Amino acid sequence: MSTETDAFSLTPDQAVTSESVRDDLLKVYPKKARRKREKQVLVNRKEADGDGVVSLPQVGANVRTIPGIISQRGCTYAGCKGVILGPTRDIVNITHGPIGCGFYSWLTRRNQTQAPTDEHDNFMTYAFSTDMQDENIIFGGEKKLRAAIQEAYDLFKPKAIAVFSTCPVGLIGDDVHQVAAEMKEKLGVNIFAFSCEGYKGVSQSAGHHIANNQIFKHVIGEDDTSRGKWSVNLMGEYNIGGDAFLIEDLLERCGIDLVATFSGNSTYDQFANSHMAELNCVMCHRSINYVADMIETKYGTPWIKVNFIGAKATAKSLRKIAEYFDDDELTQNVERVISEEYPAVFEAQKKHKPRCEGKRAMLFVGGSRAHHYQELFAELGMKTIAAGYEFAHRDDYEGRNVIPDIKVDADSRNIEELHVDPDPERYDHGRHNQALARASDGVAFKEYDGLMADMPDRALVIDDINHWESDLLIKKIKPDIFCAGIKEKYVVQKMGVPCKQLHSYDYGGPYAGFRGAINFYEEIDRMVNAKVWSMVTPPWEDA
Amino acid sequence: MKPKDTPNFVATRNACKMCTPLGACLAFSGIEGCVPFLHGSQGCSTYIRRYLISHFREPMDIASSNFGEQAAIFGGQSNLTTGLNNVIESYQPRAIGIATTCLSETIGDDVSMFLNEFRREHADDSGAAPPVFIHASTPSYTGSHFDGYVEAVRAAVETLAEGGEREAGLVNVLPGIVSPADLRHLREIVEGFGLEPIVLPDYADRLDGPSWLEYRRVPEGGVPVADIRRMGRAAATLELGGPAKADAAAGAWLESRHGVTRRRMGLPIGVRATDAMFETLEAISDRPTPKPYADERGRLIDSYVDAHKYVFGRRAVVYGEEDLVAAMTGFLAEVGVTPVLCASGGRSGGLAGAIAAAAPRLADPPTVMEGVDFEELTEAAASADPDLIVGHSKGYKLARRLGAPLVRVGLPIHDRFGAARMMHLGYRGTQQLFDRIVNTLLKVKQDASEPAYTYL
Repeated sequence: MSTETDAFSLTPDQAVTSESVRDDLLKVYPKKARRKREKQVLVNRKEADGDGVVSLPQVGANVRTIPGIISQRGCTYAGCKGVILGPTRDIVNITHGPIGCGFYSWLTRRNQTQAPTDEHDNFMTYAFSTDMQDENIIFGGEKKLRAAIQEAYDLFKPKAIAVFSTCPVGLIGDDVHQVAAEMKEKLGVNIFAFSCEGYKGVSQSAGHHIANNQIFKHVIGEDDTSRGKWSVNLMGEYNIGGDAFLIEDLLERCGIDLVATFSGNSTYDQFANSHMAELNCVMCHRSINYVADMIETKYGTPWIKVNFIGAKATAKSLRKIAEYFDDDELTQNVERVISEEYPAVFEAQKKHKPRCEGKRAMLFVGGSRAHHYQELFAELGMKTIAAGYEFAHRDDYEGRNVIPDIKVDADSRNIEELHVDPDPERYDHGRHNQALARASDGVAFKEYDGLMADMPDRALVIDDINHWESDLLIKKIKPDIFCAGIKEKYVVQKMGVPCKQLHSYDYGGPYAGFRGAINFYEEIDRMVNAKVWSMVTPPWEDA
Repeated sequence: MKPKDTPNFVATRNACKMCTPLGACLAFSGIEGCVPFLHGSQGCSTYIRRYLISHFREPMDIASSNFGEQAAIFGGQSNLTTGLNNVIESYQPRAIGIATTCLSETIGDDVSMFLNEFRREHADDSGAAPPVFIHASTPSYTGSHFDGYVEAVRAAVETLAEGGEREAGLVNVLPGIVSPADLRHLREIVEGFGLEPIVLPDYADRLDGPSWLEYRRVPEGGVPVADIRRMGRAAATLELGGPAKADAAAGAWLESRHGVTRRRMGLPIGVRATDAMFETLEAISDRPTPKPYADERGRLIDSYVDAHKYVFGRRAVVYGEEDLVAAMTGFLAEVGVTPVLCASGGRSGGLAGAIAAAAPRLADPPTVMEGVDFEELTEAAASADPDLIVGHSKGYKLARRLGAPLVRVGLPIHDRFGAARMMHLGYRGTQQLFDRIVNTLLKVKQDASEPAYTYL
């Protein structure tokens, strides 16, 4: 991707600079709010020192959203139940709380799943809730939760049942973990609970962490069945629009044994067996790096960062996996698959790139997508002029080397950090040694450079962008496309700018891998060149 | 009639209701210049925004006091104060509609007191009057989104409506949860009688608006605060509703506090129910129904006759909010469809009675279920052997399982386009609804016809 330092401009006429837009964005805030937003609304100044080492500005990421500022962010419950555990089809999820949270997280994310047959469990279409009423708030909801678990068991006899706490649960003192343990004992299936009350943490990110911890504690390591020599887990891929299906297909054709995906198109058994994989491949660093780290510590499995968004990035990621295993047969397989897929990609680029070249994109979404999708826009010759995450942390912006410097505030301290030790029997020294050997040959483990390194110098980087700021950016910069989610979609389009939803993909996709990239090129071409935009008089045109 | 109110299951499996604050936010968005504000953690506003936006396909801002652990333990006053200040500063709203969530209600935040203190301090600080605050208590462990809606409408009226000399010709219209197209139609009808309607809430323009020529922090449209103040002086209140929260609705308060005559009736769906509304308007205005509406009525009845052969005796399952279910059942019965199962996630205790009143001439009254979820409904519907399902998008799975078509009405509709423009009310809305139902049944018949008939 481009890191050119010359001629960066937000608009073709260079009427505004990143600095002037930043000033405009910040000046409306009351003093206290402004001080906070100043650290989150940045110009991506890349300063190179004498040795050519580039330093990046520091982002005030993963800090609490200011009350009254309308944020894109969701809550801890959403991150835990909706994002991480939602895509697993055979765990019965019970929301413990009043009805709203369970209802709103009922099949709303577009994570797909494909059970091999109708006989296999798929509970994703169910939204179980204890639907707490006044009396449960006053007298406690444990009894009702127990009954709900019993009912779920009686109905489905599932392998596992998971309980998710919503805001009131922690406050009224229901001990969900105790109830889960009791019912596990009684029913003989795995039952575990998440203290993912919405007010914990600053965003859904806290929920990801809580989900990672409990899956690690209660599920991973339950099944020691050994796996093939090229076995991997795919982490932080949630099968939105069927992305995971395409990646599964690529891996299979390469002969790579995919043990578990965390958590797109996944099952309980996959998680239980995932510690037996040789390598962990991390897609969305933000949401899943905790599990990758914990598995490494306990079982010796190394992890690498991959990205299957973008054709080039996909090829690179497959080659990275092959490099780890360092096996000619696998390398040949990977090269064969890439050469099978790439002709169609070139064809599509030839068709769509001339129609999209030079257009400008803004991406404000997620904890990795705002970075990964820049690959696809670059393949279309489009420039990402402003980007930022909804819930990521400093390392996702500035790279993992800043982790030791990240200040742990009260909000982060509230989220448990599991203490993990190497498993005395199951720690795999072979994997660890393989990683050491490969590292000495230049394979990068546990490494992620973040979004800012890949963005042009002087591009805008905005963390936790809010509604008001998006409006102003659109007015000042008039991007050719704005990528966010459904909450932003209609306000953006009101102003005559197409908005691509990168949470749900506008119910389209898949966009991962090679074929996904082709889908994306087609859709972006269609969106940015649609005639319909000429019918909308945008606010910056004089009436 | 076999009312069934005791679900066998303790857990709710696939709920047939949404949460209380959602209804409040919807109601607040129908007040001009009003920013809905949830006092609780930010997830509530995010979830509710994404849900309402997917139905209306329009922007929907809901602010939040973004509770963290500290606020959850020590109370949310400082978060509320900061949040209100920021909303006032960046949105310059005329009103802020504050609804509580289960979090702030569980910890017992005294929001009324917080707001009073805010007003006092704000006045000290700047001398400028803060926007109007409307506060509705909406813990989601009590009731459903419909209760939240009613609560917010009443809170708006209680906060703002003033007494004084009656304004002849002024009519309060309290519509219930209906579509923007329905709201426009209601307004037009009342104006047709030479009356001035104050529709509360009126989110017609805000949740079904045009592209923008200039930036709007808060989209245009909605009932002005100044008009809500006048509601205590209206000649009458036309209140559309069902069994749920009838006594707690704004019309009751306006009548007891300001002596505004309350005319409460079911949603005007079908000829009989719409006649009742037009008769009421005739009485209020002392004018006959304008000819265009009489003509619409005539065409509607003519179409009932023409399509009778397609709909007669078809068995329908209806679900949704209680007022909608009661009115829809009355309409279906009127056209010759047999409502066999009528259900709501609401739990007023009065649904069976409301249905009996709306559909008095049914030979075989339907099974009525309150407090239902979709699993119970699916079970009951399977034995009801329906030809037709009438309700919102969440019943799609049920319809698919039973192999019966789903005619989408109410909220949420996020698997079809144009929910904001779907009409249900009045002769005109009923006509559109009736045509949709007939055509849905025709499609089923046609798709099943071996020779692929094109003449039905």
